[in-house]
Amino acid sequence: MTAEQDRFAAALLNPGAARPEGLEDGGHRAAGRRFDVYRNNVTVSLIEALQSGFPVLTRLLGEANMAELARLFLRAHPPSSPRLMLYGEGLPEFIARQEALAHLPYLPDVARLELAIRQSYHAADAAPIDPGLLATIPPEELLAARLRLAPALRLLRSDHPVCAIWRYNMEDGAPRPEAGAQDVLITRPEFDPVPLPLPPGGGDWIAALAEGMTIGEALDAVADQPFDPGPSLTLLIQGNAITAIEREP
Amino acid sequence: MTTTAKTFAIAGAVAAALTATANTAEAQSKEKCYGVALAGQNDCAAGPGTTCAGTSKVDYQGNSWKLVDVGTCAEMSLPASADGGARKGSLTPLERDLPA
Repeated sequence: MTAEQDRFAAALLNPGAARPEGLEDGGHRAAGRRFDVYRNNVTVSLIEALQSGFPVLTRLLGEANMAELARLFLRAHPPSSPRLMLYGEGLPEFIARQEALAHLPYLPDVARLELAIRQSYHAADAAPIDPGLLATIPPEELLAARLRLAPALRLLRSDHPVCAIWRYNMEDGAPRPEAGAQDVLITRPEFDPVPLPLPPGGGDWIAALAEGMTIGEALDAVADQPFDPGPSLTLLIQGNAITAIEREP
Repeated sequence: MTTTAKTFAIAGAVAAALTATANTAEAQSKEKCYGVALAGQNDCAAGPGTTCAGTSKVDYQGNSWKLVDVGTCAEMSLPASADGGARKGSLTPLERDLPA
């Protein structure tokens, strides 16, 4: 960027900064207060983008507090990409650093979940396998196979009941969250991402599969706990999250 | 875990997963149906900067869609348009009923 653009960008994000020199309209009149209007619109639109991108966070904090948090965040982390749909990637870590929010230790993970849901929504399409294919492969060969997972799949490991907190704030009649760690699987079975809690061990197993381990190696990775792969495999299939079974030649 | 135990575990998992999936797959299927949503009632939630849910301007707008049960899109009965032409839903965007 040129020095002129740097000055323009700096003034845009700081309402106390002087208006940049040399901004004129067609009649050579200085931009003056019209720059203030533009500067205000940029800030308000980014606050609204963060509020609509993190609806549960906004509900938990209240709209006014969320707007204040968003204002602090956007001044420190202006968008680095012109694609507003991805804005807010640094918000979970930013929240974790706010002392004023330290009494709500689950907030960063709620933000991570909302971000993961949004990323899942915008991820590439991939055709799922026919689930019947699994039954055609002998179990011994399946253990040596690797599962390719859909680009829309996201896995979130949390020390907090983050999926239950999300549901309680997004769905009418959802049960109150109970304390406890939760691993969340986000899949996109059709057009919208679906976050679901994984049974114990499911997070470790799917993380191992996502790293490229064979099904058997992934089972070894969770051998320190009693684990039944059935429910986790069911969630992967129902989430249309398996796109290929890769077998050794 | 021994190989035998793992073989049993994965064989059981496949059986359980296929049974559970067979029972739910039919009920869950939805598809995008164009030209059937009332003004402002179209589906879509792409997040900030792209939100278009509830932005259709006219009833039965041809290029906005609604998620409906698979197989029901073209079956839906819709009122005829102002010039008396018949309306039908479609799995692809339509040229009719676009906002002026």
